[in-house]
This record gives sequence, C-alpha cells and structure tokens, in this order.
Amino acid sequence: MAKTSTSTGALRLVGLTRHFDDFVAVAGIDLEVPAGSFFALLGPSGCGKTTTLRMVAGLEEPTAGRIYLGADDITATRAYQRRVNTVFQSYALFPHLNVLDNVGFGLRQLKVADWKQRSMEALELVQLAERARQRPRQLSGGMQQRVALARAIVNRPEVLLLDEPLGALDLKLRREMQIELKRIQQEVGITFIHVTHDQEEAMTMADTVAVMNAGRLEQVGEPAQLYDRPATAFVASFLGQSNLLPLEGFSDPGGEFVTAHAHGNGLVVERAQLPEGMPLDGGFAEGAPSVHLGIRPEKLRILSPEDAPSANRLGGTVTDASFTGVATTYLVAMPWGQELTVTRPNDGSLRARPGDAVVLGWDPHQSFVVSEAL
Amino acid sequence: MAFAHPIGAARPARATRRRGYFVPVLLLTPAMLWLTVFFVVPTISLASQSLQTGDIDNGYTFTWNFQTYADALSRYWPHFVRSFGYAALATVGTLLLGYPLAWFIAHRAGRFKNTLLVLVVAPFFTNFLIRTLAWQIILTDSGPVNGFFRATGLINVLEAVGLTSNDSLLFSPFAVVSGLVYNFLPFMVLPLYASLERLDSRLLDAAGDLYANGWHTFWRVIWPLSLPGVVSGTLLTFIPAAGDYINSKLLGNTQTVMIGQVIDAQFLRVLDYPTAAALSFILMAAIIVLVGIYVRIAGTEELV
Amino acid sequence: MAWLRRNLVVIAGLLVMAYILLPNLVVTVFSFNKPSGRYNYQWNEFSLDAWLNPCASAGMCEALGLSLWVAVVSSLVATVIGTAAAFALGRYRFRGRAATNLLVFFPMATPEVVMGSSLLTLFVAMGVPSGQGTILIAHILFTLSFVITTVKARVASLDPSLEQAAADLYARPSQTFWRVTFPLVAPGIGAGALLAFALSFDDYIVTNFNAGATTVTFPMYVWGAAQRGTPVQINVIGTVMFVGALAIVGIAQAIGARRRKVAQ
Repeated sequence: MAKTSTSTGALRLVGLTRHFDDFVAVAGIDLEVPAGSFFALLGPSGCGKTTTLRMVAGLEEPTAGRIYLGADDITATRAYQRRVNTVFQSYALFPHLNVLDNVGFGLRQLKVADWKQRSMEALELVQLAERARQRPRQLSGGMQQRVALARAIVNRPEVLLLDEPLGALDLKLRREMQIELKRIQQEVGITFIHVTHDQEEAMTMADTVAVMNAGRLEQVGEPAQLYDRPATAFVASFLGQSNLLPLEGFSDPGGEFVTAHAHGNGLVVERAQLPEGMPLDGGFAEGAPSVHLGIRPEKLRILSPEDAPSANRLGGTVTDASFTGVATTYLVAMPWGQELTVTRPNDGSLRARPGDAVVLGWDPHQSFVVSEAL
Repeated sequence: MAFAHPIGAARPARATRRRGYFVPVLLLTPAMLWLTVFFVVPTISLASQSLQTGDIDNGYTFTWNFQTYADALSRYWPHFVRSFGYAALATVGTLLLGYPLAWFIAHRAGRFKNTLLVLVVAPFFTNFLIRTLAWQIILTDSGPVNGFFRATGLINVLEAVGLTSNDSLLFSPFAVVSGLVYNFLPFMVLPLYASLERLDSRLLDAAGDLYANGWHTFWRVIWPLSLPGVVSGTLLTFIPAAGDYINSKLLGNTQTVMIGQVIDAQFLRVLDYPTAAALSFILMAAIIVLVGIYVRIAGTEELV
Repeated sequence: MAWLRRNLVVIAGLLVMAYILLPNLVVTVFSFNKPSGRYNYQWNEFSLDAWLNPCASAGMCEALGLSLWVAVVSSLVATVIGTAAAFALGRYRFRGRAATNLLVFFPMATPEVVMGSSLLTLFVAMGVPSGQGTILIAHILFTLSFVITTVKARVASLDPSLEQAAADLYARPSQTFWRVTFPLVAPGIGAGALLAFALSFDDYIVTNFNAGATTVTFPMYVWGAAQRGTPVQINVIGTVMFVGALAIVGIAQAIGARRRKVAQ
C-alpha cells in the first residue's frame, strides 16, 4: 500500500461540514491541530464532535470542506488509505481474534514483517503483554480499552483519534487511564485528538481544548485560557460554573479600566477583556446581542469590615450555605432576584449563615465579559 | 430499490451510493428469483387450477368456478376443524413440555448445556418416519406405556374426553397429537431456549427481592420476557402441524384423517386437481389469517 | 419436599428429554432384532444380521445415497444464494425491503403439502418431468428461507464498528470482508447450512409430490416400507445417523475445548 506522505501529523480542517438529511451535524469548522499535540474536542452530546472525528478517520464523508494531513489533502481518500487510527468508543475489538492478532491487524495489512514483535512491544507499553493469547471477551473493560489503544498506536499513525475512550470505565479506572494516556502520548509523540464530553477530563489531559456546540467551534485554546477567559457564555457555563451578570452598558472613564453597568451598580472591568467593537457610550443598541459580566464562584469574596476596600461591591442576602469539606458554597440573592454562587475555602475566614446580609467583592482582573445571546 | 444505502453508514457515502444501488440487488437476485419462480408462480398457478373445470383426461379450462371451493368446504370442513384442533392441541403440548426443558437447559444445566442442546437436535438426523414408526412400538397395546396408562386409570380420562378408545393408545387421536408434539418439540425448545437464555439471572433475583413469589415471578417477569421465543416456537409448531399428515396416517385411524391427507389423496390418487388446489388454498389462507391474528394479539412485529 | 420444589424444573426437563430420546432408543434396540414376520414391531430375538448386511434390503442404500446427494447439493445451493440474500437484507435499506422479507417468510408459513402440490401443478403445467431435478428445485426452495433467516439474524447482530475498525486499520473492503465480516458471520452460515441439510435429508411430503414414479429418496423408501414391511436395516441407518451426528458434534467440541485450553 503506497503511503508516501509529506505530512508530519499536523491536521487542518477547512470549512468542514456534514449534513444528515435536514440536520446539520457539523456546520463549517476551521481548525488547526499542531503536530504532536494532545488535543481535546469537548462538547455536549450531539454537538457534532464525534461526527467531526469520524470525518477525519474517513468513516463519514463531509458534505463540504477539506481535511489536510500535513500538506496532503486527504478529504477524498478512504479510511483504509489514511495514516490515521481510531480508538473506538465501544473499543470494537475483533472477538474472533486473540489480543495479539487484534493488535497486529493493522501492521499485517501494512505488510510489516516484524508485526509480532512490534505488537508485543505495544502490548508491553499498555502493560498487557501477558494477555497476548487471550480473547478480548476474557478481559475486563479497562484491559479491552488498553488493547484498543495498543492496536491503534502500534501502527504509528500520524494522528490518533480517541472517541470517548474512557466513557465506559468507572471513575477510579478513568482517572488512572487519563494519566496512562498522557504518559503514552508523551512517550510515542503522536498527535492525539481526544473527543469527550467530560470537561474535567479534557482540561486534565489536553494541551489544547476546542469547545464545540451545535455543530460549531465556540473557542479553541489552552485549558487555563478557556477557563479564565471564556469567549462565549456557552464556554463559560460548560467549563465549570460561572455567575453571569447581565449588563446594560459601558461607560469609559479612561485608563486601564472601564465601568460596566448592571442593575444600577457600576462595576470595574479590565479594558483588555472587552470584546472588539464594544460601545463605551452608555447603553447598548436595541436588539444588540446581550452582554454579560462573568465571575467564577471561587473568585468572589465575602467582604468583612477589615478587608481592603474593593473596587467591585455587590450587596445581597445569603439564602443557602452548603459545607463540602474543603470549601463552602453559598447562594447569595441580589436585590434584582438573581442568585450568585460563591465558593469560599474553609480557611478560617468569615463564615456566613443563611439570612445574613453580605457584601461580595472581586478583583477586576478576575472577571470576564461575554457577548451574545445566551 | 433505487435508494439503497448501508445501515449504520459504515463507509463513506460517495463510494457506496453507486455501489449500494447494485450490490443489494445483485445479492438478492438469485434467491428472489428462486422464490418467485418456484413459490409465487406455483401459488398463482395453484389459484388458477382451483378455479378450473375439467378432468385429467380431457384437460382443464379456466372458468372462475368458485363452486369447487363451496363443494370442497362443505365436504371437508370436518377435516379442517380436526387439523386445526390437533395442531392447536399439539402446540399447547409442545409449549407445556418445551418450556421446562428450555428453562432447565438455559439456567440449570451448567456445563451440560451444549450437550443437551445437541441431544435436542440430534434426533433430526434419524429420519422422522423411522422415529414415528418407533412410536407404534412404544404405544402398542401390550407395551409398558399402555400398561402404565391402564394401571393409573389415565386411560379412562383419555377415553372420557374422546382421545382414545377400547383401552388402546395406538391408532387414536391421542397417538396422533402425541406424535405431533414429539415431532415438533425441538422447533419449540430452540426458540424458547434462545429467549430464556438471554434472561439475566440478576433480573430474577430482583423480582424475588420485590417479594414476588415463584408464580408471580414467572407470570410478571419471565413469561413476558420470553414471549418472542413463545411466539416463534408456537408458529414453528402450529403451521407445519396443521398441514401434517404423516402422524395421522402412521399413528391414527380412519377417524383422525387430517386435511393434509385429503389434499395428498386428491392430488396423487383421486387426481381431482381443482378440488385439491382449492383445499390447499383454503388451508394456506386459513393459516395466514390465523397467524396474522395471533401475531397481532401477541404484539410482536418482528416475525423473522 | 423443599428439595423437590427446587428441582422440579430439572426433573421435568429430564423427563421431556427422555421423551425426545425414547424413540431413538427404540430404533437402536430394534436394529438388533430378528423379526419373525415382515414388520419389525415385535421383539423376537437378538441378531447382528442387519448390522452386518446394511444394504441387504433392496434399493435402500441407493435411496440413502440419493437422499445424501440431494441434501448436500440443495443445502449447498441454498446456503450460497441464501447467504447472499441475507447480507442484502441485513445490511442495506432499500425500497421493497419489507415486501422482500415477507416473500422470505411466506414459504416457512406454508404447509409442506401446499408447497409440494403447488410445485407439482407448476411442473405439470410446464410439462417438466418429475425426477431428481424437480426434487432439487423443491428442496432448495423450502430450505432457502430458513438459511436466509438464520444468516440474516447473524448479519444484523454484527457490530458495525468492527468493520469500521478494520477499515481504520488499513483493510480494503474486500479484506475487511474476508478477515472480519465473514469469520464473524460464519457460525450463522454453518448453522443455516446444517439446518438446510437436515430439512432436506428428512423431507418426505414435498419430495413425494415432486419425485415422480421412479425416483426414491430415503424417506420415501421408509414410507413405502411402512406399508409393505419394515426391514431392520432402516433401524441400522437411523442409529448410524443419530450416533454419527453426536460423534461429529462431540469431536468438534473436544477440538474447540483443547484449542481454548492451549490459548490460555
């Protein structure tokens, strides 16, 4: 099989689109995955992430758009012609072949002479060498998952696709496999594209996370960047929890900060965080996308009299306090009815009780602004 | 068949759309041709035959002669009733015998599971006529089975309901139904086994936990879940049993003649082709109607 | 009493098993009989005559040979064209699929006597002489639906991700078929073929309609014998077929068990 290729494991999607009859599963995605990275495609179920993955694997044909592997346009090639391998969600191990023959399947198709030796090495990498002669159904779920991984990486593909590979495992095993996967990726240096709906999994494992929603990419970036500076309200609430305050407008006093207006309160916001083209002359135009100020629950503080005066202050009443060990989570009702979530570490600082009137404050560098319909 | 596409989108659509048009047609053609030429056409030819008049020496002409149907029905309706009655009895019998056996094999046989399954099927390899003839030996008047039935008085019960007469088991309705039960039992046991084996034993434990007693567990949990097996098993028994005449001929008497025997005689001995064809057609239509009603009641759409 | 209640189903199961096997036991026992008359229905005295001269009964071994030949040829043809159809029905969605499924189901819902007689009317109308050819046509017909149903179930239960995995692992469609699809469907094809063989070998009613005057299959021979007098050799053949089937399955299982043991 001729597999002359100039590519290096970098993947580029251009306007990738997939329709199923009237349903738009993937609505024109542009994405670049650098070679050798651990890339996570994150989104709720039905957002089109698995369809995207299957188009890269060649198991689904795009309605429009191109797929490039390195410099090669692979859009028209068939699955078996692509140097891309997949770890399937159901593992898809061949039940009629033993573990070794499963792992060696791809190498034998590629006519690799020492397929046996290489397969054993791959099995050693996933610590299953002693199970080589067993049938897949004799193995536990976690072991089957590792065989599926070995079967894919043994071919040294340019890109390895993982379709929710940890979804069927229990929590403890999943944590172990997350660490294991990361170790293996660093060892083999192949580009990993990992599809998941588990935001914690995506953030722990990947160098770069792309968040998908309703067939579109919402934001691509490093986990910390996505968390601290979400670009959309969807990202802000899908990745962790957010308090989103609806804003009525901005005014510009000049300098590093601008003032945001929310229910009669002037809140200080870093100018650098504002989306481009945001009007700074009072209220927003009729019918413009809604704009929110976002603050993560752990960035909110309950101010006590001896605290330094804070630039941002919102008064409210505690309606609920739940103690979770390392922290306490409060619900604080604002005068306009919205409840804000506040998470405070149990470090001996002030504790509030339901019914208490409190003042919340936060560092203007720790908030973010998102604009669009919720 | 112009819009064929693979289920589950296994391959890129562009490559299969054109091939998908030819492949299923190509794969289906030989089998469908066979079924059309040798099943559909003969059925039509049978329908046509049943409406013809004439005789074997002077040839037949097609005359829309529905009178044949009326005559055939008025003469042979007892045979139809008897055939469906025996088939129904035999179906109930195979179900009553097959259920415990299928349950035993599926859940209590341990490592003998496969051996028992093989033993259920293995008699098929001995010709069924030979095995049916063996029942003549087993049920004979001087044999131990007959002796047991007489000693326990069971034979009086059978005689009271008209299944036997003269203290004899052989050559009676009882023998015919027993033969049918015996011959079609494997067709009941195998689908029952298939659906009972799939039952999760944890499910039964769960039913036990809910304070269900044995009967309740069976009626509320096991029976509904085994319905697909029950439906295919009863169909596989009832349909061939209704048309069978080997058992009634080898184990019955002149009062147990079933409709299959009549059709066979009309075709091969009396050579009254229109009557024979009409009888065949009535039998087939009756079975299709009964099966249709049954399947509708049982609520299983996926027959095959 | 509690023991009895717990094991009631086991006892009932074993009794039904005995009911299924009893006629075979009788057939075997009476294969060692030396009947006093033409019928082998009464135990007379022990004899090995029939076992030593299995073909002594005129025409029986020829009939057996014909039945085996018909069963092999018809099950082979039915398996090949039935498997192809099963793949189409289990794999593809197309217009007329429901009607096709119905066409497959109807022959199974048709009593043998109706199928046999309707085929006969066709052959008579077309002037086709009855004989081996018509027997083969009939046997392929009534085994075909069973093969299609058996194989289709297997094809439909195949996990599509397995074939996708093969394509993902560089197997072209033909390689995917032979290295993944076919081995996984093979047990279904084997079961279908075996069923077709058994149904064909055992058939009397349809065959009797379409065999003509001079062609005699084994079941037809037995039927004829039942009217004229039953040679003990019939029981010998019945016993050999039964024990042979058990032996083949036993050997196959023993080989399978050994292979599994080696694998561990």
